[in-house]
Amino acid sequence: MAQDEPFLRLEGIRKDFGSFTALRDVRLEVAPGEFVCFLGPSGCGKTTLIRIIAGLEAQSAGTIYQGGRDISALPPALRDYGIVFQSYALFPNLDVFDNIAYGLVNRRSDRAAVQARVKELLALVGLPDSAAKYPSQLSGGQQQRIALARALATSPGLLLLDEPLSALDAIVRVHLRQEIRALQQRLGVTTIMVTHDQEEALSMADRIVVMNHGVIDQIGSALDVYREPATPFVADFVGKVNMLSATVEAPGRVRIGSLSFACAAAEGAAGRGVRVYVRPEDIVAAAVEAGSGNTFEACIEKIEFLGAYCLVRVAGRDLGEQPLTVSLSLNFLTGQRLAAGGSLRLRMLAERMRVFAA
Amino acid sequence: MSAVLAAAPLRQRVHWSDRVGHVLLGAIAVGLLAFLAGPLLAILLQSVEGKQGEFVGLENFTAYFATPALLDSLWNSVWTSLAVTAIVVPAAFTFAYALARSCMPWKSAFRTVTLTPLLAPSLLSAISFIYWFGNQGALKHWLTALGIEQIYGAPGIILSQIFSVFPHALMIMVTALSLADARLYEAADALGTSAARKFFTITLPGAKYGLASAAMVTFTLVITDFGIPKVIGGNFNVLSTDVFKLVIGQQDFPKGAVVALVLLAPALLTFVVDRIVQRRQTSMLTARAVPYAPKPSRGFDALMTAYCAVVALLMFAVLGMAVFASFVKFWPYDLSFSLRHYVLGIVDNEARLALTNSLKLALGTAIAGTAVVFAGAYLMEKTRGAGWLRSAVQLLALLPMAVPGLVLGLGYIFYFNAPQNPLNFLYHTMTLLVLCTVVHFYTAAHLTAVTALKALDAEFESVSASLKVPFWKTFWRVTLPICTPALLDISRYLFINAMTTISAVVFLYAPDTKLLSVAILNLDEAGEPGAAAAMAVLIASTSLVACLVYLGIGWLVDRRTQAWRTSK
Repeated sequence: MAQDEPFLRLEGIRKDFGSFTALRDVRLEVAPGEFVCFLGPSGCGKTTLIRIIAGLEAQSAGTIYQGGRDISALPPALRDYGIVFQSYALFPNLDVFDNIAYGLVNRRSDRAAVQARVKELLALVGLPDSAAKYPSQLSGGQQQRIALARALATSPGLLLLDEPLSALDAIVRVHLRQEIRALQQRLGVTTIMVTHDQEEALSMADRIVVMNHGVIDQIGSALDVYREPATPFVADFVGKVNMLSATVEAPGRVRIGSLSFACAAAEGAAGRGVRVYVRPEDIVAAAVEAGSGNTFEACIEKIEFLGAYCLVRVAGRDLGEQPLTVSLSLNFLTGQRLAAGGSLRLRMLAERMRVFAA
Repeated sequence: MSAVLAAAPLRQRVHWSDRVGHVLLGAIAVGLLAFLAGPLLAILLQSVEGKQGEFVGLENFTAYFATPALLDSLWNSVWTSLAVTAIVVPAAFTFAYALARSCMPWKSAFRTVTLTPLLAPSLLSAISFIYWFGNQGALKHWLTALGIEQIYGAPGIILSQIFSVFPHALMIMVTALSLADARLYEAADALGTSAARKFFTITLPGAKYGLASAAMVTFTLVITDFGIPKVIGGNFNVLSTDVFKLVIGQQDFPKGAVVALVLLAPALLTFVVDRIVQRRQTSMLTARAVPYAPKPSRGFDALMTAYCAVVALLMFAVLGMAVFASFVKFWPYDLSFSLRHYVLGIVDNEARLALTNSLKLALGTAIAGTAVVFAGAYLMEKTRGAGWLRSAVQLLALLPMAVPGLVLGLGYIFYFNAPQNPLNFLYHTMTLLVLCTVVHFYTAAHLTAVTALKALDAEFESVSASLKVPFWKTFWRVTLPICTPALLDISRYLFINAMTTISAVVFLYAPDTKLLSVAILNLDEAGEPGAAAAMAVLIASTSLVACLVYLGIGWLVDRRTQAWRTSK
């Protein structure tokens, strides 16, 4: 493990609010230049954790190292980070220039240098002509870019983004998340973002930290988290998933309803009750021949039209009345002339089925 | 690697800039302890002491409740206050209902006329009623026709109080009735509900907390008011005049303290009820509520206009009589125009000094009070750490609302007059009058400041800390400029109240710090009602001018610092 020393290291972070424990034994290492997302439902502790990293809350126990320095007990002003909030928190009575220069002026840099830096930052966030405007004259997306420029102005070692896109409308959100990611990669600044939007996390982060009830359920790349969820919660929270009751027949085989399936992840004694998690796109319909492994006959109950892909709810009698949702392309459905009431043959991908204890 | 895990509970180091905040907040807390908690404690101590300062337990209380004359006063206070409450609350409710729920014309004019009594000392209405119904009153025969012997006493107190507390009750009711959710009325309409049923099932339940609050505030204001019973009470004794007689007249401090504590009881109760009410009231209206907009209805609007016109006319008659009387030569024999009373008041009776003193007090309170109140609210709301200090300041800041001016003034005498008190040197000084007035009106000013501060994004301070900007710089560059309108509101509120207050300062002035509001009492007592009316009018005009000045400053400040609000 001759890798780089982590830029940020959290050890055994715990936070109690009275008798309620908001965070429990949180450990995390963030490499220099990495983009990490804290993902989880509201109340999972992700915002508390980022506020602890910022020093805006004090952890009840645990240690934080940033750049090799123990910052656990430092007040925010003695830490090194820039922060962007969901509400933008731009100073409404100061124009864009003064907002971005807010932290620069304090460091007594000379006027020309401040002006050059603000100009550079405005160019960086793509708003070169807005220096003289007040925040209320800008759109939400533009305000958030200014907030980003203000956070980056002092070239902090760590950028913290607390749900930065949640207050924006859908189209701006998608656009801005690509921009933030590109900017972050260009500057190489270590970044932590909090979000409850899985799509945002999957599309932006190098690594995702999935949190639930104050603990970290899984840390991994977007693909890891999606393909190999560590817990039922992660499987359910990130992406769509079918949950099926099953029993283990033998290592590598499970029985669902009256059917036997090959399932790479199945282990344990025969007869053990388990839950099989399988994503809608991991049940395939194309090129399924009768008699080949892991196939079953299913009846279409309902087709939910979503555009290029449709979510099709099917019920296979042999699965034991457990409805399944399958993602099928519109072209396939029309090509096969499939509609509600029709039936088709499906195959579950054995290597994609995740097994958790019942 | 895990050896560095600390087992001890973790405490964040305090940055030196936060330390500065704690010291300032501590100073506010110490100030409130010294100038609010101290005097109140002094009253409590005084009430269990004998005349020589020995501890006598509850003897003073038992003696009090065994004195028939004092019990009469208690009863008089209670029943007149109840009577005023019973009249004012429905009257103000109807007026507020007209303002908030009808489409009658001239709403702002009606509102302005009914709020003008706030510009003058409460006893202005008492002086007016003497001119209308007193021994030489213009309409004395009306009174005789109604079988009332004379205005001096309960009838005068009740009538005068109705007019002076009406605007207070009205403001509460308007707030309560403005908080209506239109969706409820639309749902009721969709179900074909009758107007009466809508009123009893939606309007009244929605306003019940406001009604309760208005009733409590009215009762407390009346029972603790001093000026009106002093001027028009005649031989009809009430608690507030008793306190004055006991302390200033008979120098019976222990008994005065007992009466003051009796007066404190309803005020404390009001305070507690009001806090509960406020909490309920705000939670009633969710962020999704659609504000109610009244629809025109000819008959109803006409009825409401007529009612408001009558009330406004009565208000006008009361205020106008004082103004008129102050300008006539010799009531009721020679009604020609004359500035005699103003000359008499200002030149002959040293009211010029009193006017200067009143202006000094009002300006001092408006400036120092605004600074202290706003700084206190800011430090409490927006700085980090020192949680216990924060809670202490919050409690102390709310307490003045529960303390009637009379009680506070009395506490100040006991506390600052004590020779062993190191702050004794303040006694009889203008500084103490300013301090007392700031404390007296602290709570409303504090709540205004807190509301304005809460409207600011809570993350401004977090962003500043991350940018390593100390809090005072953000305070100066961001918080203060954004809050200037609220600051002006606070300052105007303090100015006008300092100008018109009597109850607390009547105990504390010295010959060279005499105030105009107190001079009215003295002139009235000296048998110069005309001059008293003139001085009351003078106060009201000063308050009016102050309002206009504040309006002008507000306009200038808006142009200079609030440009960002309108630029779109």
